[in-house]
Amino acid sequence: MSKKSTILISLFTSLVVVTIASFSSCSKIFPQMINPEDGLCGPVDLSNSQTILFSQGNDQFFANRSSATGLGPYFVATGCGSCHSSDNRGHPFTILTRFGQTDSTGNKFLAEGGPQLGTFALPGYTPEQIPAGATSSKFIAPITAGVGFLEVVPDSAILAMAAANVNNPDGVRGHPNYSTIPSYVTPLPGSMPRADGKYICRFGRKASTYNLVQQVAQAYNHDMGITSTYLPINPYNYMDQTPPPPSSTPEVSNDDFNSVVFYVTCLQTPIQRNPTDATVLQGNALFVKIGCETCHKQTLTTGYSPVASLAYQTINPFTDLLVHDMGPGLDDGYTEGNAKTSEWRTAPLWGLGLAPGVQGGSYYLMHDGRAHSIQQAIQLHGGEAAVSAARFSQFSSSDQAAVITFLKSL
Amino acid sequence: MKLTLQAFAFTILLLCSRGAFAQIDSTLLNTPAKTDTSKHNLNMDAIYNRPFLKLGKSPVSIGGYVESDVLYTNTSGITNGSQFQFRRFSLFVASTISKHVKFLSEIEYENDPTGDPGESAGGTFGIEYAALDIEFNPLLNLRSGLILNPIGSFNQNHDGPKYEFTDRPIAMTQMLPDTWSNTGFGLYGKHYTNHWMFGYEFYVTGGFDDAIIDNSQAKTFLPAANASTSRLTSSASGEPLYTGKLSFGNDQIGQLGLSYMGGVYNTWRIEGAQVDDKRSVNIFDVDFNTTIPKLHTAITTEWAWVFVDLPADYTPEYSHRQYGGYIDVVQPIIHGHILDWDNATVNLAVRGEYVDWNEGNFAATGQRMYNDVWSIMPAISFRPTPLTVLRLNYRIEHSRDITGNTIGAAIGPTRGLSFGVSTYF
Repeated sequence: MSKKSTILISLFTSLVVVTIASFSSCSKIFPQMINPEDGLCGPVDLSNSQTILFSQGNDQFFANRSSATGLGPYFVATGCGSCHSSDNRGHPFTILTRFGQTDSTGNKFLAEGGPQLGTFALPGYTPEQIPAGATSSKFIAPITAGVGFLEVVPDSAILAMAAANVNNPDGVRGHPNYSTIPSYVTPLPGSMPRADGKYICRFGRKASTYNLVQQVAQAYNHDMGITSTYLPINPYNYMDQTPPPPSSTPEVSNDDFNSVVFYVTCLQTPIQRNPTDATVLQGNALFVKIGCETCHKQTLTTGYSPVASLAYQTINPFTDLLVHDMGPGLDDGYTEGNAKTSEWRTAPLWGLGLAPGVQGGSYYLMHDGRAHSIQQAIQLHGGEAAVSAARFSQFSSSDQAAVITFLKSL
Repeated sequence: MKLTLQAFAFTILLLCSRGAFAQIDSTLLNTPAKTDTSKHNLNMDAIYNRPFLKLGKSPVSIGGYVESDVLYTNTSGITNGSQFQFRRFSLFVASTISKHVKFLSEIEYENDPTGDPGESAGGTFGIEYAALDIEFNPLLNLRSGLILNPIGSFNQNHDGPKYEFTDRPIAMTQMLPDTWSNTGFGLYGKHYTNHWMFGYEFYVTGGFDDAIIDNSQAKTFLPAANASTSRLTSSASGEPLYTGKLSFGNDQIGQLGLSYMGGVYNTWRIEGAQVDDKRSVNIFDVDFNTTIPKLHTAITTEWAWVFVDLPADYTPEYSHRQYGGYIDVVQPIIHGHILDWDNATVNLAVRGEYVDWNEGNFAATGQRMYNDVWSIMPAISFRPTPLTVLRLNYRIEHSRDITGNTIGAAIGPTRGLSFGVSTYF
């Protein structure tokens, strides 16, 4: 064997050996995990068995559905991840439309496809149309991260926040959205139902959904057209006059369903970036000073949870989970539960600064994404929030910038 | 519209080449083709341009190839560690039935999680090709059976040992279906004069189905049609898929292929009753390969454009338009006697590739839809003989979801190291 051959073979062999040896350890040539505060990923602290269930839920959450796996025939998105990229907010391309309810007496258009429009349809089917006479509103998907903590904020805490507003000089009031919960939902420990049997609900733009089991069941059924044990009938287009029969076999298995509920329950909360930055601190102080924090409560404490990492935790969601009158500018003429058409749940602000990363580099804020900047979103606040919004407008540009910097740090 | 596109496709098909397989010395192969044109090879000849062993005096020849590798990938810091993969085992059986009548089949086990997910989930055994060829004239051959549709060059010429990369090109295996074959028949032929060469192919076959716009990828995904277990015996649309290709070669310049594939893909009638509008898929493909004289640098490239009719107001997750392709550059740096091999080669190579799964803008916002991926993959390979390759690759890849987001599940930066072996046998 020539010297050249020996050198070449040695070189090639060395390359292969070094490569194989470094497969598991060479951190410099592989991407690093993103900083937790720069993205929304990962669970709260979980045991090994909980992590396995969380992982199963993660796979299901980001699985794309097709007709072969139950999608449709009417749907808004093909998977949870379509609306909640990186467990965050949605993009207008998966915006959903609700219609048919104008007051607390319920939805009058359930027989005509209400409450949610099947925006898209599988090949061969025709997408739904809003029935004549129905009012409607468009909802962009809210952030998913941290919802497990919000689920276990005690009813007593929510009622206390509402009670504290009784004499608010800025006109802030707010109340819980009491709704009838479906039969498949088991009330959580510590729930405080009203005498009429309605429970405090807290999820969704109108806070009309009680807990994450109901939220996931509705998302599968209304958003993806997937039946579950809990909602066994596919949405249908009443104009087609072919209502589907109940599914004898749920299109999402109970195991997969439960894993998705566990997944969203155990998602970590967004982490604030640069919390000690002077401008962020200044903006935070101004945010409180002008009254934003009256509704966007900075600190809440969770109650009991079977998942230890969620129980009795102090969190910073910037919401009071109440619905507030936001004025005629945000009154779409549609509502859910006992909220009025102009009332909206205080949107949690955690993760707000990460929104452009999942919304194509832009902001699509407020319930229907109509605000394209944080400043515009503040200016759209009316009703109970009008005084605070006016105070913000009177700020110097540097003070306004400090508030925006603070909000972007969330 | 369909006829217009097809007429356009066949009208524009035209140009030049000479088969330039820098990675494999075709003179070592016992090619069964006996016509004079076998001296000049186009991609269309790849199906027979393989090493075969003859079994005594039997008219039957056999051959095959195998691919396996070890792969370590990491996307946005998330990895499942080292994966040892037995990707493919293919067995060719060819037979010269009589003068000018021959048959070839390829049976393959495939388990390639980096390739066509519609085809290979969990690993599959299947007949990839099984066709009878009757030669009336070098310019007029009839082929019938299970045929590899001649869309582009990679679909026809994809054997693992021919490439310096463990992974197949993304666009040619996930945008276009990987080793896309269908039942049907058609004509092909070729002609050469001096340094020039011309080949044509035209087939009518079964085709795609609704799964290309209704699948687990949540994107227009032609390989999803591979999942149908009945597609080799029934056509979802009841209409033929037309595939045509013109190839032009020149010994000094290279080989250019222009190809088209299209037809109605969806089930638009059930038991005679119309249940949907007819919708078509149209694919245009350009491929080129050459070897630079003296430097012996081999360049292989292919780009394709996919146009799909969608139902009105369908979810934008599925796209009307896709495009993508790749370019391989392979530079032999040492060739000659190494160890005990007389015809060994060490190559440096690089592959660049890009796929845009969803070309266009959101109707809701006017923003660009992304859902794209690009990749650069340097490689070094050692070929003790032209039929066997040991290859080491490093993949640098970046992908974005439909809104351009780079943080999330299976998107963002990916790096991958792979070492693999592939050989004909």
